[in-house]
Amino acid sequence: MSTMNLTVHVWRQKDARSPGKMVPYKVSGVSEHASFLEMLDVLNEQLIDKGEEPIAFDHDCREGICGMCSLMIDGRPHGGQAGTTTCQLHMRKFKNGDEIYVEPWRAAAFPVLRDLCVDRTAFEKVQQAGGFVTANVGSAPDANSVPIAKEAADRAFEAAACIGCGACVAACPNGSAMLYVAAKLTHLHMLPQGQPERLHRAQAMVNAMDAAGFGNCSNHYECEAACPKDISRDTIALMNRDFTKGTFAHRPRDTKGDGAG
Amino acid sequence: MNLDARIPAGPIAEKWSRSKFEMKLVNPANKRKHTVIVVGSGLAGGAAAATLAELGYNVACFCFQDSPRRAHSIAAQGGINAAKNYQNDGDSIHRLFYDTVKGGDFRAREANVHRLAEVSVDIIDQCTAMGVPFAREYGGTLANRSFGGAQVSRTFYARGQTGQQLLLGVYAGLSRQIAAGKVKMFNRTEMLDLVVEDGRAVGIVVRDLVTGKIESHSAHAVVMATGGYGNVFYLSTNAKGCNVTSTYRAYKRGAGFGNPCFTQIHPTCIPVSGDYQSKLTLMSESLRNDGRVWVPKNKADIGKRPDQIPDEDRDYYLERKYPSFGNLSPRDIASRAAKEQCDDGRGVGPGGRGVYLDFRDAIKRDTEDKVREKYGNLFDMYERITGENPYKVPMRIYPAVHYTMGGLWVDYNLQSTIPGLFVLGEANFSDHGANRLGASALMQGLADGYFIIPYTLGNYLAGVNAAQLADPKGAAFKDAETDVKGQIDKLLAIKGKRSVDSFHRELGTLMWEYCGMARNKEGLTAALSKIPELREKFWKDLTVLGGAETLNQSLEKAGRVADFLEFAELMCRDALVREESCGGHYRTEHQVEGEAKRDDDNFCHAAVWEYKGAGNEPARHIEPLSFENVKLATRSYK
Repeated sequence: MSTMNLTVHVWRQKDARSPGKMVPYKVSGVSEHASFLEMLDVLNEQLIDKGEEPIAFDHDCREGICGMCSLMIDGRPHGGQAGTTTCQLHMRKFKNGDEIYVEPWRAAAFPVLRDLCVDRTAFEKVQQAGGFVTANVGSAPDANSVPIAKEAADRAFEAAACIGCGACVAACPNGSAMLYVAAKLTHLHMLPQGQPERLHRAQAMVNAMDAAGFGNCSNHYECEAACPKDISRDTIALMNRDFTKGTFAHRPRDTKGDGAG
Repeated sequence: MNLDARIPAGPIAEKWSRSKFEMKLVNPANKRKHTVIVVGSGLAGGAAAATLAELGYNVACFCFQDSPRRAHSIAAQGGINAAKNYQNDGDSIHRLFYDTVKGGDFRAREANVHRLAEVSVDIIDQCTAMGVPFAREYGGTLANRSFGGAQVSRTFYARGQTGQQLLLGVYAGLSRQIAAGKVKMFNRTEMLDLVVEDGRAVGIVVRDLVTGKIESHSAHAVVMATGGYGNVFYLSTNAKGCNVTSTYRAYKRGAGFGNPCFTQIHPTCIPVSGDYQSKLTLMSESLRNDGRVWVPKNKADIGKRPDQIPDEDRDYYLERKYPSFGNLSPRDIASRAAKEQCDDGRGVGPGGRGVYLDFRDAIKRDTEDKVREKYGNLFDMYERITGENPYKVPMRIYPAVHYTMGGLWVDYNLQSTIPGLFVLGEANFSDHGANRLGASALMQGLADGYFIIPYTLGNYLAGVNAAQLADPKGAAFKDAETDVKGQIDKLLAIKGKRSVDSFHRELGTLMWEYCGMARNKEGLTAALSKIPELREKFWKDLTVLGGAETLNQSLEKAGRVADFLEFAELMCRDALVREESCGGHYRTEHQVEGEAKRDDDNFCHAAVWEYKGAGNEPARHIEPLSFENVKLATRSYK
């Protein structure tokens, strides 16, 4: 098994208020079979041995599904291997002697908390604005009572595969969250269950996206290239259509209530 | 310790409906006067938080990740069981109940399992209504696949990402309640202690993982859905953050811990590749629908390329040993069989710790495209991790720690031995006995969260005076906060030489060796003397850099490993006393021709451990199990 020695330049920042800087570290004896995060583990162990504080980075499942890990590696979200999260990127993609640059997501809506960890609360706000079907537990009909064409279910699934990591935002020169929002809208709008609230949902989520500080789309499609789940930019077209339709057709929800006493 | 399971009277199929009618209700106007804490935001916790909020309760929900959508339920791959019988292949609620009791090797409570099977059908309806994109047939109806331990197709799925899709459904419902102001969500917040006042659970102490601030929260009831403790082995299929801290702290506050030695080893994981390894990745059990498991018949063939070994020189050992279930034998049995082949010197890959999972025949039969459609994402994941293409070369797999059947003891209403503390999902001990069947964890999490706790918690809250909410500045809270801060200060003050991970790895190696796939008296006794030694070293030689009042991941890990170092001892103790083999608990002294030998005369019970203070041996209590509907029998998958 071959091992490599690398120079890793890492963004170090004490907290949200402090300034940060890139710091170079030598890391030795990295196995080609290690994942990128395991390489950082090895580096952190070497730092602790020297009495230096380890690098903070977000991660959890380490199998590409939780969406917690979030690194700009050599300027590309998740390192640029197609359809791959940072935790699934393996060191066999690098070579001995490489210099690697590691930064946190860079986006106005995702402030840095410490080192490589960012605050993605803005995504939560967008989701809460409308990323759901209003269906209380207990109210559901039999699951086979509404047939759904396989193609529609497949398209819904492909959009729903979004892991909410934020790579699309980090990749976008405008810091736009359109692919993230469009993925959620497409997931629900491909299904019959998503239809009743469709236009309201598109309006609410897009407005929340703007309010959360994300930029707009100017058709670079960097988001699609960076997405570890290969979500298609076609979803954005669907979102735009629903948003526009909603602008004309949508009435704000009547909350006055005409209760019958 | 009161271990009254409060199982309702009556025939098994009527217990739950009868119990739902007999349970007290809280009227809508009073529901909004009650506050409930939910710890954990996975399938069980997230579903509970959202559903309780829909009913009108005020909910505070906590998770240590930066979003509730990242709870480890997200990583479940294969599917979720339900007794829908959409395939017309002979399934029924009773059959799912029977399979689960048998699969659990007769160490689960019948009444709970039957209820689980009953509500399984509602889960699929609810998830579909929330927009979960389950796999469909061309006609638009739901598709099913088969899983281990069953001879019917009752598993619903969304490619290899079923857990993700179900959790996103739960997360959507939870988000709706957060927006409505009914759930207050605390992300990046870790529960570090349970607060008990006058014998009731009244709140929790938490640490804000960004600011390091210690805070108390009070409520009329506490619901914990904090997952399992597989990471006591360091290497497991669990996410890195999964830990035992919340359940272990609750145990130290008086909650009984049920069957801690019942851990599940999953047969199909990617083998360990080196000592930097940080976790093990599961390859879904659903792959065994089409993949065939084998090792070379002759040791001489070990180094050969698999395609150079002809069929007659391959040992498809699961098909040979268990002809009726074959590659779909339950997890405990398939895992032990793999270990047996490797112990026999016929394992493949580095260190001889692997067996082949081969899709050659499925690809020949169904085409590569068809196989890709079913398992594409799993094949891709395998290739990214190993650098090998599983369409061309068989996968190499080996068993790894995956799930823990043990957990906090709960009665039929999911209440622990501490009144007011309810425990859901993997965190409790209730439904899977000594072995969980595939696709049953998602079922249990959602059953507990969507359909059971809304009733049973109401029954408890109906007897609680809403006007009396514990004071988070009161003595019980202050004491717990002092304990929590004391431990943090102590960890930071050691200033030794070794990192947290180095201790965690050492503990993991020790547990895998002595309390892993095969256990015996000698090994467990050795572990019981080695664990305290390691713990002592930990408290002398640990180094945690950085401070308490900041984002400090080493400090988070140190607290969790400190608890694992105590909990590991409890596991070994439980494994040592249980002088039988059942499900995932395999004592080498108790076997007949390599198969587990249960001892129903002496161990047909759940073991429940009671904390007796630092330095004292915990007390072992039992809840006897009676089987009135499924006949106690030796499990056979032959």
